[in-house]
Amino acid sequence: MVTSIILKKLKSAFTDLFPIILVIAFFQIVVLKQPLPQMGEVLFGALLVVAGLTLFVQGLEMGLFPIGEAMAHALARKGSLFWLLCFSFALGFSTTVAEPALIAVAWEAAEIAGQGGLIDSSRESLSQYAFGLRMSVAFSVGLAILIGVMRIIRGWPIHYLIISGYVVVMLMTIIAPKEIIGIAYDAGGVTTSTITVPLVAALGVGLASSIRGRSPLVDGFGLIAFASLLPMIFVMGYGLIIFG
Amino acid sequence: MEFIIDFSKILLATGRDVLPIIILITVFQLLVLRQPIPHLRRLIVGGVYVVIGLALFLAGLEKALFPLGNIMASQLSDSDFIYGTGKVVTQADWKAYGWVYLFAAMIGFATTIAEPSLIAVAYKANEVSAGTIKQWGLRITVALGVAFGISLGTFRIVTGTPLYLYILAGYMIVIVQTLFAPKNIIALAYDSGGVTTSTVTVPLVAALGLGLSATVPGRNPALDGFGLIAFASLFPIITVMGYAQLMHWQTQRSIKIMEKKNAL
Repeated sequence: MVTSIILKKLKSAFTDLFPIILVIAFFQIVVLKQPLPQMGEVLFGALLVVAGLTLFVQGLEMGLFPIGEAMAHALARKGSLFWLLCFSFALGFSTTVAEPALIAVAWEAAEIAGQGGLIDSSRESLSQYAFGLRMSVAFSVGLAILIGVMRIIRGWPIHYLIISGYVVVMLMTIIAPKEIIGIAYDAGGVTTSTITVPLVAALGVGLASSIRGRSPLVDGFGLIAFASLLPMIFVMGYGLIIFG
Repeated sequence: MEFIIDFSKILLATGRDVLPIIILITVFQLLVLRQPIPHLRRLIVGGVYVVIGLALFLAGLEKALFPLGNIMASQLSDSDFIYGTGKVVTQADWKAYGWVYLFAAMIGFATTIAEPSLIAVAYKANEVSAGTIKQWGLRITVALGVAFGISLGTFRIVTGTPLYLYILAGYMIVIVQTLFAPKNIIALAYDSGGVTTSTVTVPLVAALGLGLSATVPGRNPALDGFGLIAFASLFPIITVMGYAQLMHWQTQRSIKIMEKKNAL
């Protein structure tokens, strides 16, 4: 019984990975006409990926989803808007501020700004710039989750908020310094890590299902969308302020 | 031995990712909510599974996929491979990069299918919609969006056209689609833009972008290397809304046909 469940999960994880194997094999053999290097290493790695994905999905069902929903229900039952918003902001801020992908992007951005002569290229001013960038992204993600949760509670239609956000992004693109635009656009994508996404999704769906009149599908999703939109605006704003 | 050290490093890093969440939840439970968490033991086991699973996943990717993907990205964008050996090229010819666009599309599709955050969101969407949104349907639609987006993004790097034009045009499409798309898909569609780009896609795609902008004549990695991730988060929104729109039309048409039959 247990083994058949495990086998099923392993099989679905293998299916998830199969396209990658196919693409790599095709390009390596047909296009580049080269044998696969280090077959042993690659196979071992692929096994780890399959095992890891299986455990991850199992853990989602057992841990991350239930805790996200339990927190949402408990906070909704408590009925204090202040604490709910505190939790939302803290969740967004704390999971983003130490995100390795963000640290890497912020540092790269600082180096580009230094090379472009936009800021002083001493190490100290670079790290100051990178730190400021990181903080503004983390703050914006916190704010994004907070706004998203407000939206779920009040039942505002998501498209008005997101489209106004897009309009702001477009307007800022016109006036923002060229060097920051690419990074600003990418910053939206790197903020939401693999552990944050399921938790935030469960929080939104949990909230929407515990507030009367809200539909989990229409109102429960959308938190991640805010978390990828707001950082773009904040990073461009940061660029505008720093570069004048 | 070396592998065990690598793995413990990744495990530690993943653990550090979870740390703020654990602190936050504990503080809120103890100070604000002041009530025990139901099924605590099960939750902890699940959390441990997530951390170990993700660490194994990342370790495996670093062993198998990333080195291979990086080598392939640099080989495919190498001007010896594209223009033939020994030719000196000063101006990039966008027609010569066919394999690069195809590789970008296929690797974008394949990595998105394996993306754990997308698996999580598809799982939730399926549960919440009582099965009307199929997990694989959503994942394939999103992956097609990423494939198209990244492919277009590499085309942009090769031609050197400005990034913001593409993104602004994409936003226009999203805005128009939003006006017509079925209301219950909109939030999920917006979300699917943000979940596509995490653990698997970002490192590979970033390597492709930087490698390509370093080898295409006339491109500067600092200015042109970025932006692929933005493409990968924009186009899934378009494909998901487009797919929902198609399904909506199809059901409406079959309803109309049914009504006609009944009228007869």
